[in-house]
Amino acid sequence: MKWVMLIILCVSGSAWAGEARPLTDDPVAEARLKHLAVELRCLVCQNQTLADSSAPLAEDLRREVREMIAKNMSDPEIIEFLVSRYGDFVLYRPPLKATTTLLWVGPFVLMAIGVTALVMTLRRRSRTVAEVSVTDEEHRRVEQLLAEGEKRS
Amino acid sequence: MIPEIGHFALILALCVALVQGILPIYGAAVGNSGLMAVAKPAARTQFLLVLTAFGCLAYAFADKDFSVLYVAATSNSQLPLHYRLAAIWGAHEGSLLLWTFILTLWMFAVTLFSGHLPETTRSRILGVMGLVSVGFLLFMLTVSNPFERLIPAAAEGRDLNPLLQDPGMVIHPPMLYMGYVGFSVAFAFAIAALLGGNLDAAWARWSRPWTTVAWCFLTVGIALGSGWAYYELGWGGWWFWDPVENASFMPWLAGTALVHSLAVTDKRGGFKVWTVLLAIMAFSLSLLGTFLVRSGVLTSVHAFATDPKRGLFILVFLAIVIGGSLALYAWRAPKVGLGGSFAMLSREGMLLANNVLLVAAMGSVLLGTLYPLFLDALDLGKISVGPPYFDSVFVPLMVPAIFLMGIGPLAQWKKASVPDLAKRLKWAFGVSLVSALTLPIVMGNWTPLLSLGLLLAIWIVTTSAIGLRERLAHVNGNSLVERLASVPRSYWGMLVAHCGIAVFIVGVTMVKGFETEKDVRMNVGETASIGDYTFRFDGTQDVVGPNYTAARGTFHVSRDGRETTVLYPEKRRYPVQNQIMTEAAIDPGLLRDLYVSLGEPIDDGAWSVRLYHKPFIDWIWGGCFIMALGGALAISDRRYRLAWRRQEPVVPVPTRTARRKVA
Repeated sequence: MKWVMLIILCVSGSAWAGEARPLTDDPVAEARLKHLAVELRCLVCQNQTLADSSAPLAEDLRREVREMIAKNMSDPEIIEFLVSRYGDFVLYRPPLKATTTLLWVGPFVLMAIGVTALVMTLRRRSRTVAEVSVTDEEHRRVEQLLAEGEKRS
Repeated sequence: MIPEIGHFALILALCVALVQGILPIYGAAVGNSGLMAVAKPAARTQFLLVLTAFGCLAYAFADKDFSVLYVAATSNSQLPLHYRLAAIWGAHEGSLLLWTFILTLWMFAVTLFSGHLPETTRSRILGVMGLVSVGFLLFMLTVSNPFERLIPAAAEGRDLNPLLQDPGMVIHPPMLYMGYVGFSVAFAFAIAALLGGNLDAAWARWSRPWTTVAWCFLTVGIALGSGWAYYELGWGGWWFWDPVENASFMPWLAGTALVHSLAVTDKRGGFKVWTVLLAIMAFSLSLLGTFLVRSGVLTSVHAFATDPKRGLFILVFLAIVIGGSLALYAWRAPKVGLGGSFAMLSREGMLLANNVLLVAAMGSVLLGTLYPLFLDALDLGKISVGPPYFDSVFVPLMVPAIFLMGIGPLAQWKKASVPDLAKRLKWAFGVSLVSALTLPIVMGNWTPLLSLGLLLAIWIVTTSAIGLRERLAHVNGNSLVERLASVPRSYWGMLVAHCGIAVFIVGVTMVKGFETEKDVRMNVGETASIGDYTFRFDGTQDVVGPNYTAARGTFHVSRDGRETTVLYPEKRRYPVQNQIMTEAAIDPGLLRDLYVSLGEPIDDGAWSVRLYHKPFIDWIWGGCFIMALGGALAISDRRYRLAWRRQEPVVPVPTRTARRKVA
């Protein structure tokens, strides 16, 4: 096997090089960490996820999460632990509770209100605005006029 | 001496702004043309004065005058000249000066291109802009003076935040502000119309090009900011739903709604009341954005409470502008006529529905941005509202909007019929659905979101193609080229802008679905592969920049044994603020970006390295630029050029409106 590698490397003309090692030994755990970290906040940063931040404290927190993953804790358990320790502030997806109900239902209420208002206004409007009907005959006439006008211009 | 001249110019500008804000509006109310005539020269004088102040601040930066507090705080003698000049808008005081300067620039533009407006309208517009300007000048002169002296002078400046030392900083804020402040023109038009009580089709015709120009600038500005974050922050994202980003996105959503609603008011005379409200909303959101970003309320509610002078000023100003214009609106709007009638299922109806969705989306962004602030202020706990929240509320609101975007341009004005639309759209729908379902399978990764994204993008493109084909059948001309040329530019503009959205969606979808990343530890000479590309790390070198030192890595990138490119990511250290910056290296391409950023040195020349393969990411910004191009095409339309040239108010020619009805 090493042989084949060597030949490939020589043929491809690159230097005597090995494949770089992943930063961690356990890619599965790292993928889980990443999955969790994109929804967690770096507590000391202005506005960064734990996955993005390079602050030392974020590194500590990531290590903590790694340890919990190594201890075979499930994702909800890890999140529960973090929330009990740092509060809801650590979650970028705010949990649904009394104080955040408005936050979560607000957008859809807004849309519902908007659509209802739209339908009601249009209904009322169609009653108040007098209908000026344009017949097909008039449409044809307009098209004809337009065609003439464009030829002239 | 020079800074004092700048300071004095600002004081004079305030006086002129007061005159400009009061006399012409009063003159228009009592019909005194002498008073109204003040507006134009006053606006031009104000522009020159603020330009002078701006020039003085620029001079202080260029001259490294560290006896000016603001200069000392945001620049350094080592900082290259172009960044010293960009440092003008590097912090609070200067940003406000830039804002005011751009406001007067827009005013100046209004004086140049308003020859065809009635005198009363023009003086009201300039008057309203003058009043807005009064607020900002007063703010600068009372609590946020960029010319404040530092005595004794500092020997050396504290430097511009290294994060801002980037070409993006030179161009992004001016673009963004051109957009933000540009909505003040639409706002002033709306207020002027409310004051005068004549919201006719001509009003919409006049404010349309202004609004579109502002919208184009804002689109480009946001895209530039996003691109900057992508390559400068070093972690490969392009939108973070950060409150500062949201502050620019909300006016964009309102502005997009406004552009569409103005189209209806212009062509059909409908939605007047709604259009006026949107114009007020778009500008109010621009002001709110400034308040959010500039008052420090975002960093912490408590920081705001401990130094409330500035925040309070903006808050009061905001209350006066928004409250005042809404009060005027409530008083005047009911007198405005309703315009032509239309059925719920018609182009008007769909545009209105789209408007509702855009405004609901804007409301959600507003809610998500302000909610944590309110909870914190009320002591109900600290929460974080981030990308997972915005993604899950924004997407469901935008999907129907984009679906309607395909149908709307094909629907008839006044009344459309479902069977007719279904007949015309069935091919577009079939093609979009089938290709959206199969394409991801062909590409080897099927997810519902991937298919949804592609469905929407292909839907926009196919419906646009149908619209164009039908349009071509209606215009005269013998050859195809002739017929293509006789399609009005405003129609092209719409098609291009909509296709920009499609391009944008493709970018977002493909990056989300297919990007790959790798965190590796690389020794000198080691390789790592991502996508079809192999990266070979050839070690780092020490490099000395004008005001930083850096370790610069060299990566040879190859594909199938052939070298593609060489990338040089850097890890910079800026000694003045002792900050470490990651400068990613990117090989951009139409179909993919390759992205390398250096992490930390490990040992013996080895580094932790992050590699990304990001398919189609440039389509995200490409899409935005195409949207802006669409806007530019629309305002180059024949009827606007005619309008500029003609010196009397433009009255919509009956045959023109009639043709639109048919089209």
